[in-house]
Amino acid sequence: MNGKDCIDYAHAPDGIVTLTVAMEGPANVINEAFIENFRNAVDRLENEKDLRGVILASGREHFALGGDIDMLFALKPGDEAHVMDLLSRLKDAKRRLERLPVPVVAAIGGTALGGGYELALACNRRIAVDRPGLRIGLPEVGLGLIPGGGGVVRLTQMLGLEAAMPFLLEGRQLTPAQALKAGLIDETVSDAGALLARARAWIEEVAGDAQAALQPWDRKGYRIPGGSANSPANAARIAVGAAMLYKKTLGLQPAPGHILDVMTEAAGRLDVDSALRYESRRFVSLVNRPETKNMISALHYDMRKVARGEGRPEGIAPAPVERLGVIGAGMMGHGIAWAAARAGIRVVLSDRTSEEAERGLAACRALAEKRVSRGRLSRSEAEAIIARIRPSADTGDLAGCDMVIEAVFEKLDVKDAVLARHEPVLDKGAVWASNTSTLPITRLARNARRPENFIGLHFFSPVDRMRLVEIITGEKTSEDTLARAYDFVAQIGKLPVLVKDSPGFFTSRVINTKAAEALEMVWEGLDPARIENLGRQAGFPVGMLTLVDEIGLTLPVDIFDTNVAMGLIRAEDDPTPGARALLREMAFTLGRKGKAAGGGFFDYHRNGRKSLWPGLARWRRAEHAIPDDDIRDRMLFRAVIESLRCLEDGVIGHACDGNIASLLGIGAPMHTGGYIQFVNTYGPERFVARCDELAAAYGPRFTAPGIARNHARTGEPIL
Amino acid sequence: MTAFIFDAVRSPRSRGKASGTLHEVKPVRLAAGILEGLRKRHDLDTAQVDDVILGCVTPIGDQGSCIAKAAVQAAGWDESVPGVQLDRFCASGLEAVNMAAAKVGSGQQDLVVAGGVESMSRVPMGSNGGAMLTDAEFVLERLSVPQGIGADLIATLEGWSREDVDAFALESQKRAARAQAEGRFARSVLPVKDENGFTILAQDDFLRPDTTMEALGALKPSFAGLGGLGFDEMIRTRYPQVLEIDHVHTPGNSSGIVDGAAAVLIGSEKARRDLNLEPRGRIVAAAVLATDPVIMLTGPGPAARKCLERAGLEVSDIDLWEINEAFASVALRYMKDLGIGPEITNVNGGAIALGHPLGATGAMLISTVLDELEHRGGRYGMISLCVGGGMGISTLIERM
Repeated sequence: MNGKDCIDYAHAPDGIVTLTVAMEGPANVINEAFIENFRNAVDRLENEKDLRGVILASGREHFALGGDIDMLFALKPGDEAHVMDLLSRLKDAKRRLERLPVPVVAAIGGTALGGGYELALACNRRIAVDRPGLRIGLPEVGLGLIPGGGGVVRLTQMLGLEAAMPFLLEGRQLTPAQALKAGLIDETVSDAGALLARARAWIEEVAGDAQAALQPWDRKGYRIPGGSANSPANAARIAVGAAMLYKKTLGLQPAPGHILDVMTEAAGRLDVDSALRYESRRFVSLVNRPETKNMISALHYDMRKVARGEGRPEGIAPAPVERLGVIGAGMMGHGIAWAAARAGIRVVLSDRTSEEAERGLAACRALAEKRVSRGRLSRSEAEAIIARIRPSADTGDLAGCDMVIEAVFEKLDVKDAVLARHEPVLDKGAVWASNTSTLPITRLARNARRPENFIGLHFFSPVDRMRLVEIITGEKTSEDTLARAYDFVAQIGKLPVLVKDSPGFFTSRVINTKAAEALEMVWEGLDPARIENLGRQAGFPVGMLTLVDEIGLTLPVDIFDTNVAMGLIRAEDDPTPGARALLREMAFTLGRKGKAAGGGFFDYHRNGRKSLWPGLARWRRAEHAIPDDDIRDRMLFRAVIESLRCLEDGVIGHACDGNIASLLGIGAPMHTGGYIQFVNTYGPERFVARCDELAAAYGPRFTAPGIARNHARTGEPIL
Repeated sequence: MTAFIFDAVRSPRSRGKASGTLHEVKPVRLAAGILEGLRKRHDLDTAQVDDVILGCVTPIGDQGSCIAKAAVQAAGWDESVPGVQLDRFCASGLEAVNMAAAKVGSGQQDLVVAGGVESMSRVPMGSNGGAMLTDAEFVLERLSVPQGIGADLIATLEGWSREDVDAFALESQKRAARAQAEGRFARSVLPVKDENGFTILAQDDFLRPDTTMEALGALKPSFAGLGGLGFDEMIRTRYPQVLEIDHVHTPGNSSGIVDGAAAVLIGSEKARRDLNLEPRGRIVAAAVLATDPVIMLTGPGPAARKCLERAGLEVSDIDLWEINEAFASVALRYMKDLGIGPEITNVNGGAIALGHPLGATGAMLISTVLDELEHRGGRYGMISLCVGGGMGISTLIERM
């Protein structure tokens, strides 16, 4: 391997060798260069005459951040043998390190994730600095992968099947204190400067103890905590464990199942060396899977692009919000107040009456309590957050706010009235943000005294958990206002996606299509149970009938009628008039308005269960049946096609915005990598062909957008 | 060549728990006792037996290492007699019969004992592991769900309520109790005795003759918990027309977990002549197949149809039908699939009342049907079982 050796090899007079990894580039990652250098270092260690111990440390801020994702993402079919070979070389070196007759310590001075932590697992002892921000874990599953550098095998051997599960299957990242408690590391030091000395001291402490130089799994008679996978108690749990995974993934994400499989093989069915090889095989089988590519694309690349806020105008100095006004203390309003207060912003939570404002504050308290009881917040932190929120029914209290977010009922006249009442008390420079999911910002800003300060910030419910915010600029919104909106979204730790002011913006427009398609199918006479289940099996978090019941059946009708009345859309352009007719009949003729109104497509029983409303039988035509694949694709493809149209029309600026907004805002199935990325691994050409089939069978709304046809021609991914 | 049934015997069945009467009996002794009983009834020269095939579904521990050969030795049979254990899940006992019939029918062998043994109290069901139960990769990729979830799904798909399956179970109890009271099982049941000749168990003691719809209705569903953990989600992937699985099966309307053993003496015309054996019946045809492994339990109907086809007979030609009552919905589905009524199906009750000693049941049902055909003067009897992996098995016998 060419290039500079990235591992500094320092042999001290006391017989302890310190390997310090310091790679070029932003962080230490496990790539080909590292593997070669690591092998060379182990070769040297094996040939040392008076070796007494080894310390593995990092010369960079982080210990090591894992595999080389750029390399993994670029892999193509045909590269599998190469990856297998790399893993074998890496694992061989780790095994040789483990088998050295001297103790080996990982001195973890910075974050050790994925391949970084796997390196530490190949040491006899793991000592970490207990400092804020340092994270330890194996997050591979979140990118559709499994730890492939021995992490599944070693962690399972070390902690046992059950105890290792959350760290492998959920990819939990731990603070040093948590990692110590869970057994992922052996000790912590509080002072970064003391780390190497402590590592050295430990080697001295165990000098002469042959056991200390052996990995648990290499000790005679070692028993995995909790027993082998073949013990009757564990064997009986494997199918249940698999079923529990299935309940989460619906079989759409292969990585968790691969992990569980390798865990069971590693827990006593195979010897460690065979298990490590099996782990490599299962890792390699994932690298070119579409689910893996999609998850890396979205959660690694797109997420970073969106978080950078590329749509923020340049050259405007950041001006953090210090005082925020939130008008409307309901569901959305109190959530926004909570999120802002949590980020250290003082909030005036305003509503028409002080009772309503107090209710909003009580709701914030409930959010705080939940986190305190789960150990996510300390009591004093929670109290400090709540103390920043001031409930108020006095319009004048909003004076002095840098930004006001209006989160009142989604009706034009209501929003207009709120603006008229509150805008006069605000400072000239204050930003007015409307939290609307559908109303046009340009129209809402028409009555504003300062339309250049007016912007849309569309939050998602529940605000305390949903990270996405759609930013919508009106015709007159200034660059300065836009920059401040971006800064505010970042300030409260959320992700901004800039969308054009058009009906439904991006998220509402897209989510409506798949729901409308489901309703259209009910109207056609297809089996509602099948529609509901196949929606879930497409990967949506809930079935479409459940979704519509939750939203309420009148809301989509109201929004549609409003849009028609405002001249934004024409009724005759509705691609699924059956869906609209169904909603009207359900809501207004049959009195089935949704869950909150006592029942919609479902009856809701006192025991918390629900069952399909038997009255749906009036639409059912038993002779009308279409393939399950078509039912599933009709919902999924409507959403994907609509997303592509949004990209084509400039409603969103970049594919990454569509992917992240669909994943984080409207429940796009994780394995798709977002509604636009879906096309890339489905194959643009195949996608267009499937659109053509669906269009021929079910109507022109399935016609592939031009952008898909262009990419089908070139074969290039939509990025 | 015709495969005659010279005799069919079985042990009584008892609860397959430590509290069961047969728990103290080693499976090898249980099987050997049946072989010994069979020998005595016919004063059989065991050197003439070409093979002993025993079904056993959990062939580990006490039942491991080819229990068939061990039982042959324990029974003190001639050292020339070989033995083989097989496992086709719940079909094992009937598969043993069908294999014996095939060996005889093909002229390969002349006299074969086919049967099965299962001491569920000593070797718990599922304790032998296997890909379907303990391999996460297989479970996830093949949607391998517990059989009870499949049984509940059958009921859900067919619209059979808890009352429907409980009513079927109650009837099974009534029929079994009446049959026992009338001595219908007396010809084939051989008491289990200890080495001193003391009787440990003389007749089936698993029955609950006094049970009621109320008592059955009070039992908790067996598979709701497992279903909720994720198996319902798995099976819905294959059956998207079902929003919620109605978990109707309980210990009261599912087959009983019991201990037991059975043996059937099957032979050729030559064996009949040489040993002067009187045929009670013959095996007309046999069939085994597989259907959807996810719902798992819908194989019996198609297997019976295939068997009828091989025999060139119609549904209406069959005098008695016997479907193993693994779960009430399995029996109900079988009757529906074949268009047959309860008056000719499981007329003496079934495994809900009597129990289902996995590897032995199929062979036990030969005696159940043959006895009843003789009692009624009927001609044809069809025996079917649902089988793990979606398989179904059927054997058609004719009384002689």
